Amino acid sequence: MNQPASAYFMEERHDSNETHTLSVLVQNEPGVLARVIGLFSGRGYNIESLTVSETEAQKHVSRITIVTTGTPMVIQQIKHQLDRMVPVYRVVDMTLTGRSIERELAMVKLRGTGEHRIEALRMAEAFRARVIDATTESFVFEITGNSAKINQFIDLMRPLGLVEVSRTGVAAIGRGAEGM
Amino acid sequence: MTTAASDTSHDPNQMTGAAMIVRAMIDHGVKHIFGYPGGAVLPIYDELFMQQEHLQHILVRHEQGAGHAAEGYARSTGKPGVVLVTSGPGATNMVTPLADALMDSIPLVCITGQVPTHLIGNDAFQECDTVGITRPCTKHNWLVRDIKDLARVLHEAFYVATSGRPGPVVVDVPKDVQFATGTYHPPRKADVHVSYTPRLKGDAAQIRKAVALLAGAKRPIIYSGGGVINSGNEASKLLRELVEVTDFPITSTLMGLGAYPASGKNWLGMLGMHGTYEANMAMHDCDVMLCIGARFDDRITGRTDAFSPNSKKIHIDIDPSSINKNIRVDVPIIGDVASVLGDLLSVFKAEAKKPRIDPWWFEIGRWRARNSLAYKKNNDVILPQFAIQRLYEAVRGRDTYITTEVGQHQMWAAQFFGFEQPKRWMTSGGLGTMGYGLPAALGVQVAHPDSLVIDIAGDASVQMTMQEMSTAVQYELPIKIFILNNNHMGMVRQWQQLLHGNRLSHSYSEAMPDFVKLADAYGAVGFQVFKPADLDGAIMEMIKVKKPVLFDCRVASLENCFPMIPSGKAHNEMLLPAEANDETTAAAFAGGKALV
Ligand SMILES: Cc1cc2nc3c(=O)[nH]c(=O)nc-3n(C[C@H](O)[C@H](O)[C@H](O)COP(=O)(O)OP(=O)(O)OC[C@H]3O[C@@H](n4cnc5c(N)ncnc54)[C@H](O)[C@@H]3O)c2cc1C
Ligand SMILES: Cc1ncc(C[n+]2csc(CCOP(=O)(O)OP(=O)(O)O)c2C)c(N)n1
Repeated sequence: MNQPASAYFMEERHDSNETHTLSVLVQNEPGVLARVIGLFSGRGYNIESLTVSETEAQKHVSRITIVTTGTPMVIQQIKHQLDRMVPVYRVVDMTLTGRSIERELAMVKLRGTGEHRIEALRMAEAFRARVIDATTESFVFEITGNSAKINQFIDLMRPLGLVEVSRTGVAAIGRGAEGM
Repeated sequence: MTTAASDTSHDPNQMTGAAMIVRAMIDHGVKHIFGYPGGAVLPIYDELFMQQEHLQHILVRHEQGAGHAAEGYARSTGKPGVVLVTSGPGATNMVTPLADALMDSIPLVCITGQVPTHLIGNDAFQECDTVGITRPCTKHNWLVRDIKDLARVLHEAFYVATSGRPGPVVVDVPKDVQFATGTYHPPRKADVHVSYTPRLKGDAAQIRKAVALLAGAKRPIIYSGGGVINSGNEASKLLRELVEVTDFPITSTLMGLGAYPASGKNWLGMLGMHGTYEANMAMHDCDVMLCIGARFDDRITGRTDAFSPNSKKIHIDIDPSSINKNIRVDVPIIGDVASVLGDLLSVFKAEAKKPRIDPWWFEIGRWRARNSLAYKKNNDVILPQFAIQRLYEAVRGRDTYITTEVGQHQMWAAQFFGFEQPKRWMTSGGLGTMGYGLPAALGVQVAHPDSLVIDIAGDASVQMTMQEMSTAVQYELPIKIFILNNNHMGMVRQWQQLLHGNRLSHSYSEAMPDFVKLADAYGAVGFQVFKPADLDGAIMEMIKVKKPVLFDCRVASLENCFPMIPSGKAHNEMLLPAEANDETTAAAFAGGKALV
């Protein structure tokens, strides 16, 4: 490796990346989302998906679900960096628990007539997508499932006149009786 | 706002937001606050005017000065430093000290004024998004939009700044909230932040594992850091006891100097890029490393894949994110240094014996004999290392506090000034902020009015916050600014020499002020020394003066700071001063375009 003359050592890292889903319980105070996002952009972490909503209104607790990729060391850093933020109660790595269910909702708009319309409807039925809006030349489908299923559905819709997609991002929850 | 005025007029806890701010400070034991007024904080200044006997305000000349002064105050006392600045430019001038305090884990509580709530977001006069700008350079921050939240937030602010890993916080208070009346409540035990509860006690099983490793070590080393200082005097006491009980060698980072005394027999000196040969070699060759409140910074590790390759590593830190960040460790212990060391010592004393490590000490002795801090004596020109040694000899045994600026002089101060006690050494380590030392000295002197406070400075750094001399004169703070004047940005020049073909691009100061006249202009006292023979006398004079001093110590202009681990090299590839001729330097920095 040819080192440029620098005050820093430029290191190449060779660990391979993993994708993890993190559930983060936070105090729902102003700016908390900006804080979380700022942490990711400021430290150069990836966000593949981020969803947030208040889940316990009376206690002002929100739940943020983040899908991120990084080396195992980076993933561990991300969790610790989140955990030490003042408004964060808990961070759970849903991927490590191995017992989580992940769902995403997407709305998929299609334009087309004739054969393409019929084919699209058939596919939708196979994927259990519902029609939530229709005109003579368009459909909007609603589909839920894990991200892979939704990606697959969208890929199939592309040649059939895909116009646009709106996705919620991933929400995750653990299986069984225990809460996080 | 409250209902009938008659109900509340006798309630002493009914007060304006501005009064709450001052009251909360007094309730948290704050005696001094550093600040600068402006439109958006005038109600608070009005309140300060009326509370002068409880709370002394020190008026700086630039908000950055207030921030660094508060840092010096905090680091030398263990209490939070408190700052008050106005909105907009007042707040943005505070950004550097906030970032500095975040990096070095210094507790600061900074109150910023903000435009009235109804104007927020309107590009109002002197408006800026203070919480947005300071979010990444504070531990936490708040914008208080409602007087009902103010008392709680103020108490939370003190709690967050000082608990766990300390750090700076900002409370941004719009002017209408300062004027509004509400109910204050004094701080209560329960006024902690609901979701922030750092862990202090270390896991017992992990501590047992650590003791087993320590007891079985053949080549152990203790690597301590700023966390020991943060943890408090008890932590330093326990650290000394641990060294005593185990007889292990100990080194420290720049931030941890003084936790273990420099005169202690197990002391190896500072480690890292400009650390001693024995400290770095011992880090490299050890079999068990006990890291206590240090964060494996890149100035310490050098290339991480060659960092102490054959050791088992134990890491005590209060912040889980410091663990496994740069270096993988074998036994992490999350907790406060004092608490963990207390537990670790009792387990060690009850269940372990100190291992025999004579051969290791013998090896260390050989490294020590290389005398890596040696420099050639010079009778004609003052060498910067010599100046610091003479300063150290002159103040030895006195009640002294040292601050520094950033550059070569900072490293020489760390190498040649021996610290016997914690909290005596204030330096900007993580951010490396030139201009830190002079205002920091001011803050230290406010906290310790009868002590000798010296800023070991560089000629370039000191000009960044020189205006605070005026503050020193106003408050009769007899700080001593000891400038190692080499006419260059020495550290930059050194890197340019070693790494950029000696092309000294903009690292020479063409127009140096006359520091003696400058001192005079401020109403301070100036000294100037050129000859080694005159140094001791002038230093004694400086110490005697009961006024602020600018001491212009003219030193060799091209001296380099060694030893040095070239970046990208391992600890056992240090460049020592005795060996640093052109060829070895070229070889040491080879690999890149160094010295082409
Ligand atoms: C020009 C220049 C050159 C430098 N060269 C060197 C060099 O050669 N050698 C060197 O050592 N440094 C050097 N530094 C400083 C370096 O950049 C870092 O600031 C320094 O090494 C960090 O020190 P530290 O690891 O002790 O961590 P600090 O920044 O002091 O961090 C303290 C650690 O302790 C933890 N902690 C805090 N409170 C507690 C508690 N109560 N209990 C337990 N843990 C706690 C924190 O979470 C953190 O991990 C240089 C700086 C400059 C500007
Ligand atoms: C605010 C700031 N700007 C730039 C730097 C980069 N820098 C590091 S050391 C240094 C030179 C310091 O010169 P001086 O204060 O004269 O000290 P010397 O190295 O000569 O002892 C510079 C410019 C810095 N650390 N801080």
